[in-house]
Amino acid sequence: MIRVVLPAHLRKLAHVDGEIKVEVAGPVTQRSVLDAVEALYPMLRGTMRDHTTQKRRAFVRFFACEQDLSHESPDAPLPDAVASGKEPFLVIGAIAGG
Amino acid sequence: MSRVRVLVGTRKGAFVLTSDGKRQNWDVSGPHFAGWEIYHMKGSPADPNRIYASQSSGWFGQIIQRSDDGGKTWHQPGTPPGEPTTTPEGMPKAESNKFVYDTSPETGKPLTTHQWYDGTPHPWEFKRVWHVEPSLDDPDAVYAGVEDAALFRSTDGGKNWHELAGLRGHGTGPAWQPGAGGMCLHTIIIDPSNPKRIVIAISAAGAFRTDDGGKTWKPINRGLRSLYIPNPTAEVGHCVHHVAMHGARPNVLFMQKHWDVMRSDDAGESWREVSGNLPTDFGFVIDVHAHEPETIFVVPIKSDSEHFPLDGQLRVFRSKSGGNEWEPMTKGLPQRDCYVNVLRDAMSVDTLDPCGVYFGTSGGQVYGSADGGASWTPIVRDLPAVVSVEAQALA
Repeated sequence: MIRVVLPAHLRKLAHVDGEIKVEVAGPVTQRSVLDAVEALYPMLRGTMRDHTTQKRRAFVRFFACEQDLSHESPDAPLPDAVASGKEPFLVIGAIAGG
Repeated sequence: MSRVRVLVGTRKGAFVLTSDGKRQNWDVSGPHFAGWEIYHMKGSPADPNRIYASQSSGWFGQIIQRSDDGGKTWHQPGTPPGEPTTTPEGMPKAESNKFVYDTSPETGKPLTTHQWYDGTPHPWEFKRVWHVEPSLDDPDAVYAGVEDAALFRSTDGGKNWHELAGLRGHGTGPAWQPGAGGMCLHTIIIDPSNPKRIVIAISAAGAFRTDDGGKTWKPINRGLRSLYIPNPTAEVGHCVHHVAMHGARPNVLFMQKHWDVMRSDDAGESWREVSGNLPTDFGFVIDVHAHEPETIFVVPIKSDSEHFPLDGQLRVFRSKSGGNEWEPMTKGLPQRDCYVNVLRDAMSVDTLDPCGVYFGTSGGQVYGSADGGASWTPIVRDLPAVVSVEAQALA
């Protein structure tokens, strides 16, 4: 079970409080985790990744285990601690504006 | 007893103001979608409880929300949670926030470039929905005007959106350029006597019209004169801020351009200036009285570099002659130290008698007049900056 923490705006859209948990079959990567999140919460499609290119939106970042994974390949394996559920995968709105 | 509902979009959420026909006491609900920019909300003329809202974020993109109960509850009309997002054949299912330019050989047009601020070519990129315009007779049909400028339509209540690519690809697109707010399609007017005729406006490209339901379009900017473009009378490139029409006279259009208040009596084929005695003819909003097609309202703003009222006095100017002769409406409005702006979609009228007029400011006030503009009262004073105002008269 993968733990995912969404920013407040997206929690509101998805009608969830706190962390969400998703199942991922196969390798645990940014892509597979976000695919699982969007399958469970389809209203989030297009809010973290561009609909067409599937690239991360410019003001969205991905952190885990005190690392910035935003610029890692979407198909690179996430840290073991994320895959095991020990640490969450964090979706963050960039600190900009107000 | 008639009622009125005023839908207010702000920089940090949506608010719904309701009152009885006297329009003296108001209930305020909100913020809905707190923290998100609400560019526009509008109810369906065919079902006033069906409301579409454009919810936008620089971080998370575009969302379309829909209410079927007059704004009490909202939902995204795409795939419900828990359902697969693809069909068994692998095709994506409805996604109400998916706006993709149509480049297909069958119905689309190739993505070209438009001009960037410095005149260099810049690719078309979807950013947000500025305006939603429900069909006049079908609650499930709705148009969306987007940035970068294009027109989209949904015929299933906002679940799926398809671009009417004939506008973006009609030929002059490479000469369009963004205004300060972006290259936005902000005005959509459906002719009630002929729904295949639609007028739209883009900042900064100009006004355009289709007579065949959106397949083909032509610029309708003859008579506009804009000194901030190389050729002041060019076919396109004009920064049209807003256009308004009275449903009983669809061939008469009123325009607030960047500078100049303009009028057309031939559905946009030609325009003439009707700024007349306005103290400044820069501004954003323009609207028409619900029962008097020659009575129009503007809120003059000092200049393109000073987006606030002249002399710190917030004045609505009303013309009862369709332009040229204007009178200031000041009763109830601040007449000193007022430096707010009124954005292009932030004025609306209701159809009660007497006609109600409403506008919202960048300072978070929504002012209402229950007597056709003669006197004004702040309905709310301290909302986030107001982006849009739409009034609905309810039976």
